[in-house]
Amino acid sequence: MLKLNAACVSYKGKAALTNVSLHVQAGQKLALVGHSGSGKSSLLKLLYDKQDSSPKSTALIPQEYGLVQNLSVFHNVYMGQLGNKPGWYNLLNLIKPLAEPVTAVSEILKSLQLKDKIFEPVAQLSGGQQQRTAIARALMHSGDILLADEPVSSLDESQSLLVMKLLCSQFETIIFSLHDVDLALKFCDRVIGLQRGQIVINASSESLNRTELLKLYDE
Amino acid sequence: MTSNTYTYRHSKRWKVSWLFVFIAIACIPLADLNISTYDPLEELGRLFSGLLQPTFNGITEPLDAILQTISFALLGVSFGSLMGFLLALIFHFRFVRVLCALLRSVHELFWALIFLQIFGLHPITGLLALTIPYAATFAKVYAEILEEGDHLAYDAIHKHTGFISAFFYARLPDLWHHFVTYTSYRFECGLRSSAVLGFVGLPTLGYYLNTAFLEGQYSQVWALLILFYILIASIRYWVRPRLLPIYLLIAPFTIVNDSTISFDNVARFFTHDIIPSPIRHNQSPAQFFQWFSDLFQNEALPGIINTLLLTQLALVMTGVVALLWLPFISNLFFDRFGRTVGHGFLVVVRSTPEYILAFILLTLWGPSMLPAAVALTLHNGAIIAHLMGRYSNKLTLRPDRSAGFNLYFFEVLPRIYGQFLAFLFYRWEIIMRETAILGILGIATLGFYIDSAISDIRLDKAMILIAITAILNVCVDSLSRYIRSKLKLKSTVECS
Repeated sequence: MLKLNAACVSYKGKAALTNVSLHVQAGQKLALVGHSGSGKSSLLKLLYDKQDSSPKSTALIPQEYGLVQNLSVFHNVYMGQLGNKPGWYNLLNLIKPLAEPVTAVSEILKSLQLKDKIFEPVAQLSGGQQQRTAIARALMHSGDILLADEPVSSLDESQSLLVMKLLCSQFETIIFSLHDVDLALKFCDRVIGLQRGQIVINASSESLNRTELLKLYDE
Repeated sequence: MTSNTYTYRHSKRWKVSWLFVFIAIACIPLADLNISTYDPLEELGRLFSGLLQPTFNGITEPLDAILQTISFALLGVSFGSLMGFLLALIFHFRFVRVLCALLRSVHELFWALIFLQIFGLHPITGLLALTIPYAATFAKVYAEILEEGDHLAYDAIHKHTGFISAFFYARLPDLWHHFVTYTSYRFECGLRSSAVLGFVGLPTLGYYLNTAFLEGQYSQVWALLILFYILIASIRYWVRPRLLPIYLLIAPFTIVNDSTISFDNVARFFTHDIIPSPIRHNQSPAQFFQWFSDLFQNEALPGIINTLLLTQLALVMTGVVALLWLPFISNLFFDRFGRTVGHGFLVVVRSTPEYILAFILLTLWGPSMLPAAVALTLHNGAIIAHLMGRYSNKLTLRPDRSAGFNLYFFEVLPRIYGQFLAFLFYRWEIIMRETAILGILGIATLGFYIDSAISDIRLDKAMILIAITAILNVCVDSLSRYIRSKLKLKSTVECS
């Protein structure tokens, strides 16, 4: 479904990924783990850029959220499916929230315990609330594949579990970048360990244990 | 919590924007927007056919027009910047701030009209007309730069060194760059102002443009305008810090002067001309009041109303046009080729002073508010579109953003709208100053009544009308500042 063969990426002359080969099959839940700067985000970005065939079926949760601060939570979440509606409809909904999308967005926000913030401007939310808004946008987008860059980095433990469970039930194929090793083992069936832009671990979750993965963070 | 208890509320910025739009719509039926020329389309055709064959035939010395324009701008902006710098150092005195606000609120063309009465067509008229309002603006902006800069180094040493040493060592080096950037920015404005001064008789570009236009020599009009665009577009190649002293040494000798200052005139202006006529004729206070209320009801009031109508219309039209144009130079919407075309268009439109644009449109359409509103909209819209387009290029957006229409309304517009409103409200006062000035061309704003009073040699009335215009500007400026702070908009420094 997603394939990379000996891919290399560099930013401003500095290698971010070297010789990375990866094959993701439909239905898999994959976790990328490793230090910050080990190449997780670069790998996710590369995967996103590579699947040019049908980008509409791939949802994305970027690490910096990519929210519009001056718009409400509702509008930011609605943005997940702008492409499905005609321009005039989108514009009307921007001027005055329409009943149908409000219902749809409310449903999603309810599952993320964010419904009370629906019409608040994003600028007034806490970090965790902003992160859940970005997650809600990806849920609104829906599709076969989800690429999520540290989607629960600002959430507490119970919310992290809730969100991970929700995402896993909504998307068939997911590639997470995670720094929480326990979440990776719990929710994903395969774990990719990255170190200095190279894949050093590529194994199924059952065959790995916590201490093994934590070694990635040692140096 | 039950469902549907949350209601969507529009932001303050949204409400204020619509308030201004509705005010502008309400102004339309009250404003005179007719086209009165017999065949405006044919006139337009003749103007643009001139574009195909620009010619300098018949203009005695087109290069001299450019040389005069540059010399006046160089000297005016340099004196202004020097005076402004000195004023900036004492800007903490309330008196200085108020004085600068008043000097700034009178447009350079009004200053020129005043000094014409005192000094005649002597170059000092043009120089003072540029220096005074520029000094007042420089004072304000330089003071802001000084205030926002880092004081720590200065505080550390100024107690045991004098002010001069401490200032040049601890303040100027870090702020120098800001001063240079803003001053060179204002030089471009200075060139435009200098060109426009020609319309009241000084030997700069506007003078030749006026002549060519009145004679219907459209090929010459285009030749002069193209020369002016080249001049503005090439500023960064010929204005170099090292060359400036040389330019400044040459400039005074290039300015043409064939008139002398009559000191009788100067004395008469201050002791006789500007003294309100009832006082001059020793009339009673009641008669003075009658004189003033006639002036206010018959000239000031209609002038104020028309100035406000035109300002509000032009302000909203400027905003709409800027929002329409900004995508053309944004790399989010157009490729390199498209953006180059967009840039070219905006450069031409914003380099043309609104006075010249209005003058051209007025010749085509006849005197009404329509050509004035369109001229103000084109010029100011192009400036804001340029600034906002550049601002939009700095946005970082998520990789899975939408494109085209959706990108503009959902991702770009909400992100830039605050900055857009800040620029627009900043230009409010500038638009009003220009609106008043366009009256000289025959539209019934305050400038019209001022110009008529001067033509009738009723300078006492002219001075009072100019003072009223200044007060109106100061009011709009403080209202704009109030709205900007209420909407939490960051105000920025830019060209007028």
